[in-house]
Amino acid sequence: MIVEHDILIVGGGLTGLRAAVGLCDRFSVGLVSKVYPIRSHSIAAQGGINAALTNNPDSRDDSWEKHTFDTIKGSDYLADQDAVEIMCREAVPIVYEMEHWGCPFSRFPDGSIAQRPFGGAGYPRTCFSADVTGHVLLNTLYERAVAKGVKIYPEWFVTSLCIEDGQCHGIVALDTRSGELIPVRAGTTFFGTGGYGRVYQHSTNALINTGSGIGIAYKAGAPLKDMEFVQFHPTSLIGTNILMTEGCRGEGGYLLNNQGERFMQRYVPTAMELAPRDIVSRCIQTEINEGRGFDHPLGTYIQLDLRHLGEKKILERLPGIRNICIDFIGIDPVREPIPIMPCQHYSMGGIDVNERCASEVSGFYAGGECACVSVHGANRLGGNSLLETIVFGKLAAKAILEDLAGGARKAEEKPLLKLRDEVEKKIRKLTEPGKEKPYKLHAEIGVAMSEQVGIFRTREEMDQALAKLIEVKQRYRDVGVSSPARHMNYELINALELEYMLEVAHTIILGAILREESRGAHFRRDFTTRNDQDWLKHTIARMGPDGEPVLSFKDVVITRFQPMERKY
Amino acid sequence: MIQASTYTFRILRYDAKEPGSGPRFASYRIKVIPGLTVLAVLIRIRDEIDGTLSFRSSCRSAVCGSCAMVINGKIDLACRTQVATFNTDTIILEPLPNFEVIRDLVVDMEPFWQMYEKIQPYLIRKSPAPEKEIPQSEEDRRRIDQFVNCILCACCYGACPVLGRDPDYMGPAAAAKLERFLLDSRDERPADALSAFDHEKGLWGCDTLLRCIDACPKDVRPTDAVVGLRKSMLKTRFQRLLGKRNDEA
Repeated sequence: MIVEHDILIVGGGLTGLRAAVGLCDRFSVGLVSKVYPIRSHSIAAQGGINAALTNNPDSRDDSWEKHTFDTIKGSDYLADQDAVEIMCREAVPIVYEMEHWGCPFSRFPDGSIAQRPFGGAGYPRTCFSADVTGHVLLNTLYERAVAKGVKIYPEWFVTSLCIEDGQCHGIVALDTRSGELIPVRAGTTFFGTGGYGRVYQHSTNALINTGSGIGIAYKAGAPLKDMEFVQFHPTSLIGTNILMTEGCRGEGGYLLNNQGERFMQRYVPTAMELAPRDIVSRCIQTEINEGRGFDHPLGTYIQLDLRHLGEKKILERLPGIRNICIDFIGIDPVREPIPIMPCQHYSMGGIDVNERCASEVSGFYAGGECACVSVHGANRLGGNSLLETIVFGKLAAKAILEDLAGGARKAEEKPLLKLRDEVEKKIRKLTEPGKEKPYKLHAEIGVAMSEQVGIFRTREEMDQALAKLIEVKQRYRDVGVSSPARHMNYELINALELEYMLEVAHTIILGAILREESRGAHFRRDFTTRNDQDWLKHTIARMGPDGEPVLSFKDVVITRFQPMERKY
Repeated sequence: MIQASTYTFRILRYDAKEPGSGPRFASYRIKVIPGLTVLAVLIRIRDEIDGTLSFRSSCRSAVCGSCAMVINGKIDLACRTQVATFNTDTIILEPLPNFEVIRDLVVDMEPFWQMYEKIQPYLIRKSPAPEKEIPQSEEDRRRIDQFVNCILCACCYGACPVLGRDPDYMGPAAAAKLERFLLDSRDERPADALSAFDHEKGLWGCDTLLRCIDACPKDVRPTDAVVGLRKSMLKTRFQRLLGKRNDEA
């Protein structure tokens, strides 16, 4: 069996769905997703989506230009400024479009879309639906995809991407229900496969966020960009690391140490709790490291206090947060502060694409968190990721339509069948008895990444992480899963994904070791300042002939904002 | 110090590809610390004891709707259910009822999605789109709130006694979604949009036993939707009897 489409989309989150909706009228489009699209991790986004709508009484003189500046400053000047301009300009029509398609945003008394303040933003411009903004956006786009009859292949796990002679020919996928390996031939392939949070032990991300899409593209020959830039969210629930939205602080929540002190006062007295995420995470981690955290069997924590907001506001604006706290740690934030710690949250880096979502491989495009345009640079602002997913899903569709103006690209069957045979061989080997279990290797690399390639980094610790990675890569060759049955065999999928996770981790560690400066979320204790002279550039990682990452650099696009010191 | 206690997990196992071997319970003994969720235990069982165990999971925070199942007789999401909340050291896990089992705790969701698609689950507008947002009052937004919160986990579908005897019944989730759009001040579907559900397989099928409300992990009340939609249907019928145009939204 072989499946054919003009355009193949991998990923059923916001980016993939938006691209599919933009393409399905003109071409044969197939959307492959390893879960039902509505289960994608976009669903978990809470706080909101940024757009300079000027609905908030305090944001009447906001503009897309100011949004652009905030984003570039937030990125510590590593974002490509032309791309940021495009995104922030497009933000306003995108939010209206989603609203017209039915997205139930929260409203202001005048009936306009409600907006709340978010970190690093000069104006309250984050549009939201209580604290379930990702949920309502994903439902709306899925509804749109249903209305348009987009062909979806749910629970198909992509094992490999087929690139030969600089041209993409499609993918090989495992239909997890039947257990069959299926080549999908397509002249154009778009990845909206999400981030790699699960490479870290502590992450707010869903279990499906392994970053395998990024690893698959990299292994097939597509370069990655800025992989060392990993966002650590300031506020995740201790234990489970479930996200406590920045909206908690946007609505007025405090961060308190064990002295009862709003410690942000000491670090960023103007922005306080609403400084950008990289900064707040470092402040919290410093408080914890210096003994001003609270002890708990699940780990040392800092308090996120919402009590002064009052029950009414919490129930109206943060009902999901309240439910999560009650369900998962038995605490009602109306009455008690929430115990939080910073942890991995978002991947600024990803597949190297331009502002049209095109990679250097003909016929291969990527957008959303798996890609790096770059619009977030060294640190993403809260509310800009939902924005990025939909804007670049839309722009990718536009770019693909332009590129296919003369008709769909042709793809070859031969390399695809060859690839299928390779995957077949790989799976057969994984299902033979082996002495290593995928979960153990996953856990070991996760600990190394969280502890040694985390919020604060040093050469020494990262060298240890690298040694661990090389050891784990070696041991991966002896991985064996329990059953050769291929249908609904999640252990097999975990084993297949682990290979790509290790590649992703490798590029993160090497990029972080190489970059001897501190910029945005990448903070080196041994190089504590930003160094524009040597490091105002993107890191590119591609797989070398020996399978090791080879790093090079790319210029940052600077249009109207010259880099200056980033102060809040 | 946190004290771990030993629990026995009895999990209903079945593989539709090997119908000959029939459904059976497998037992796993595992040490659990307070606060651990059923999903966390399932993951540990698959990782450390039995790699062949199949179940769905993703967000582990009760928002994605992947892991609905029957836990000691109660339908809920495995990720938000704490092991220690049961007054017993034996936890029995079974797949969601009213679905065909594919493997172990993984069921075939297709009938659920088909019903979802049937109700035209999207905003229908006739008016041209304004330049900015379509205005909506805070009150109108609040009216759809509970139905907007549905995560399509199918807990209600599994709990529905009507679906147990009639697999062609539309089910609670589809009704809740339909009401979400009908109540939306922006939606302009024709007044007879409900006629496709004006029968025993549709909105009149519900026994109003409220099992769906009990099963919902997100406090959605599908029965409210059924009752509301029935009222709308009756209203349309009366209008028709009185000779009023029936295409007014």
